[in-house]
Amino acid sequence: MSIDKKTVEDVAHLARIELEAKELEKLSKQLEHILAFIDKLSVLDTGNIAPTSHILPISNVLRKDEPRKSLPIEKTLMNAPDKQGNFFVVPKVIE
Amino acid sequence: MELYKLTAHELLEKIKKKETTSEQIVSDLTKRIKGVDVKVQAYVRASSSTLLAPDSKPNGIPVSIKDNICTDGYNTECCSKILQGFNPPYNATVISKIISSGNSFLGIKCNMDEFAFGSSTENSCFGPTHNPWDLNCVPGGSSGGSAAAVAADEAIWALGSDTGGSIRQPASFCGVVGLKPTYGRVSRFGLIAFASSLDQIGPLTKDVEDAALLMNTISGYDPQDSTSINTPVPDYTKALINDVKGIKVGIPKEYFVEGLDPEVKKIIEEAINKLKTLGAQFKEVSLPHSEYAVPVYYIIATAEASSNLARFDGVQYGLRAKAEGLVDMYKKTRSLGFGDEAKRRILLGTFALSHGYYDAYYLRALKVRTLIKQDFDHIFKDFDCIITPTAPTSAFKIGEKVDDPLKMYLSDIYTISVNLAGIPAISVPCGFTKEGLPVGLQILSKHLNEEMLFRLAYTYEQNTEWHKMKPKL
Repeated sequence: MSIDKKTVEDVAHLARIELEAKELEKLSKQLEHILAFIDKLSVLDTGNIAPTSHILPISNVLRKDEPRKSLPIEKTLMNAPDKQGNFFVVPKVIE
Repeated sequence: MELYKLTAHELLEKIKKKETTSEQIVSDLTKRIKGVDVKVQAYVRASSSTLLAPDSKPNGIPVSIKDNICTDGYNTECCSKILQGFNPPYNATVISKIISSGNSFLGIKCNMDEFAFGSSTENSCFGPTHNPWDLNCVPGGSSGGSAAAVAADEAIWALGSDTGGSIRQPASFCGVVGLKPTYGRVSRFGLIAFASSLDQIGPLTKDVEDAALLMNTISGYDPQDSTSINTPVPDYTKALINDVKGIKVGIPKEYFVEGLDPEVKKIIEEAINKLKTLGAQFKEVSLPHSEYAVPVYYIIATAEASSNLARFDGVQYGLRAKAEGLVDMYKKTRSLGFGDEAKRRILLGTFALSHGYYDAYYLRALKVRTLIKQDFDHIFKDFDCIITPTAPTSAFKIGEKVDDPLKMYLSDIYTISVNLAGIPAISVPCGFTKEGLPVGLQILSKHLNEEMLFRLAYTYEQNTEWHKMKPKL
């Protein structure tokens, strides 16, 4: 499978990244090259193999549903690029 | 005094005998950093930050920290423009453990490839770190700053993170000891995530004993990391046994083929011979799916990274670009804030996870990951450990591979499988090339058998002199 410029543009939109024409050109070529290398996986028969998404045999790790101390609001907001009162400010979403 | 030259265990001994103090060590280290970091550039924000975090204890040894491990009150930016000015509101668990063990950490942080994406530390928004053995060469990566700082005696010991070799490969390039613990052994809480199913924090040190000491400090169950293993931590210093008689070692034939530098190969073979004379038993083994490790990794790691890095959107922290509307703000912020390699990996990972490609790429990679893990399970039924080169070459020149991402990816060919299988591995110095560049020997063992790594690495180290060599700076 290969990747064309249109696909890279679509993926960039999904990833919320804007690419300049030159960047798009360069990245498309590089990604095509990398994917051609990755395609060597297709020679393996993986029909009956179970996927490993996680290496440890642990699942459904839950904590007790108890109230705990959380970060104070000042600390939570201290890195905010824009804030007002106890809120993060973002550009207007609804017109 | 030149206390900075010593190891942590030597310094702890001196403190115990009242021959020195924590303050003297820090003051010596400060002078050393001021003297040589202009050449090495192992640290970032060196001029703007306080050197030592004030939690410093009277008997403690300061630990140098990679820029992706959160330190409360001290900037942690992953060497990325998008996290410019980020001051974590809490400490990573490893930092809390360092403090509660009576040690301290440096407020200036170690350089790295942006978000740990790279094998040379050239992808840092602060510029590259230079290899202390040859300033024209890379220190490896992504924990290149941590490795170079230890090698240049600008750090007593350091922490790095390893997703596909990011502790071991720079340890090999810089001639220091680097350990990637078993997945789940060390808490990832407060480690800014790259690929959550692969990432582990681990030590970079001047010798094996220091690696065991630092592992004693940072290991253990953490309820704040749901992938943390809840089993007791042994005293790793008890595994520092100078004896390998009867230890069964596998040598995977797939690691000694084309692509391995002949000089590195010769040095590794000499190290194997040394261990043979010390009584270890060697046999050739096969890890048949080795050649698929790099492609599997670059699907899984980038897929997880694309998801983890979705949080950098200009809302809660870091950079925010001027824009019209919310989506535009996300796009402008991320385009401005991420470097080339980060964009490349986010796009590759988003592609592998996207509709129509998921089965062919991501799901297939997860299945081949199973095969790679099974290869190791099979070997560890009959063998105590596996020995390989850490990297196929010694340190390469700065700029040599920046325009060819695939070539750069292949420098992790011997380290990546370890992360995919979740097993522990250590790199120890085992010689030098004719150009005077260090070479590392990699030892692998099964899950939670760090003790076997320490025993082999310690025996090798105690019977060789490589770890005593220092670069001229």
